[in-house]
Amino acid sequence: MTDTIDKRVIAILAEQAVIEPEDVRRDATLDDLGIDSLGLVESIFAIEEEFDIQVPFNANEPQNSPFDISSVETIIAAVKTLMAEQR
Amino acid sequence: MRRVVITGQGTINALGADVAATKRAMAEGRCGIGELEMRDLDRLAVRIGGQIKDYDPEALFNRQQISLYDRFTQFTLIAAREAIAQSGLEFSGDLAARSGVVLGTSGGGMQTLDENYRTVYEDGKNRVHPFVVPKLMNNAAASHVSMEFNLKGPSFTVATACSSSNHAMGQAFWMIRSGMCDVMVTGGSESMLCFGGMKAWEGLRVMSKDGCRPFSATRNGMVQGEGAAVFVFETLERAKARGAEILAEVVGFAMTSDAADIVMPSKQGAARAMAGALKDAGLNREDVGYINAHGTGTAANDKVECAAVADVFGHHADALMISSTKSMHGHLIGGTGAVEALACIMALTDGVIAPTIGYEEPDPECALDVVPNEAREARVTAVLSNAFAFGGLNAVLAFRAAP
Repeated sequence: MTDTIDKRVIAILAEQAVIEPEDVRRDATLDDLGIDSLGLVESIFAIEEEFDIQVPFNANEPQNSPFDISSVETIIAAVKTLMAEQR
Repeated sequence: MRRVVITGQGTINALGADVAATKRAMAEGRCGIGELEMRDLDRLAVRIGGQIKDYDPEALFNRQQISLYDRFTQFTLIAAREAIAQSGLEFSGDLAARSGVVLGTSGGGMQTLDENYRTVYEDGKNRVHPFVVPKLMNNAAASHVSMEFNLKGPSFTVATACSSSNHAMGQAFWMIRSGMCDVMVTGGSESMLCFGGMKAWEGLRVMSKDGCRPFSATRNGMVQGEGAAVFVFETLERAKARGAEILAEVVGFAMTSDAADIVMPSKQGAARAMAGALKDAGLNREDVGYINAHGTGTAANDKVECAAVADVFGHHADALMISSTKSMHGHLIGGTGAVEALACIMALTDGVIAPTIGYEEPDPECALDVVPNEAREARVTAVLSNAFAFGGLNAVLAFRAAP
């Protein structure tokens, strides 16, 4: 199950970055993946739709968001936390 | 080239139902932003806006008119009636043929669109009111102004998102200056505070949930407003000949395109528009005492705008005042430049500079005199009004005190 969440988040980011899921490193940043601010907002929307969760995120203050977007790893962790909280 | 002056102004917005009330609110630094009232509010994540409250269309329009006027058209007509009454103009014969209407709006009849999508999609009905199309079309407001006041020259609507009103007023200015028209009714209107309008903006993740704080380090996004402002532009010669009260002179306009990003602003595009307006007006940068900023309260706009002002004005950037009245009336999207022109005219006629309210903490990237929280008395003779739209379309107007 956990494995599936990881894969599904990676698939969303890979699609946004237009690369293969195998090429998404877990320590990669959004910059590394070439995902800009619009791409990020679109990825968050895709994550909300995929997992049926609400992601608290304001593009004006990403640093203040409880949704940590510093790397693929932290995004996966944040999705899991939100899923547990919002179940 | 003919000189162009403003002889009438009118408005309705979250700060007031006319120009006097709006100016009073701006001078007091009052905030018109509050809890929204609308259907399904509990399904919104962002629940604040500069909404016009205690609004009674039935007091101003008859039943037939209301069935034809979307809220953005109603706001436009209210503002146009005030402006044209102040100008003292009546349009007939040759004057009517040489007078027109150019208005800005981004969404047009969004309320009509929203209500009728509900009817067919949510309620599953197969029939809508027959006037949906003439109510929602973007040019409805301009057309109704032309009909109510018999304006028979060139009329059209400009839609350039958040720059719509400035682009509209710029066209009206140039049309008179070049000799194409003698009088233009111009400005803009927006009424996007409906469920669909709010949801669309929420999606972009740039809205603040708690307030509009332009230039403040604590800013966290924009807040939508609604309303309209309309002006009467005419030649200086005509205004003088008929002894009209001249509020201000329109002296310059410039528009540029970033050609870069659909949402992120560009310093170069903004700077080129400001420099262009100065050049068109024949103003030196030292002449400008006040800039009404685009100042949306987003992280990106405010720092880019301040950097652009610093680039264009050099040392003088530290001497001039720049404020964002969106902190009080919210962002009226396509109507915003028009309401902000009221603050520009107030600076020139009353010597009162509207403040940037909600200012909490300096941001080193916005280190200009943003007239924080309290209005200021100051004599200024030339001002700029900035508008930088999504899509990278920039429009800057320059005004000067009445000659």
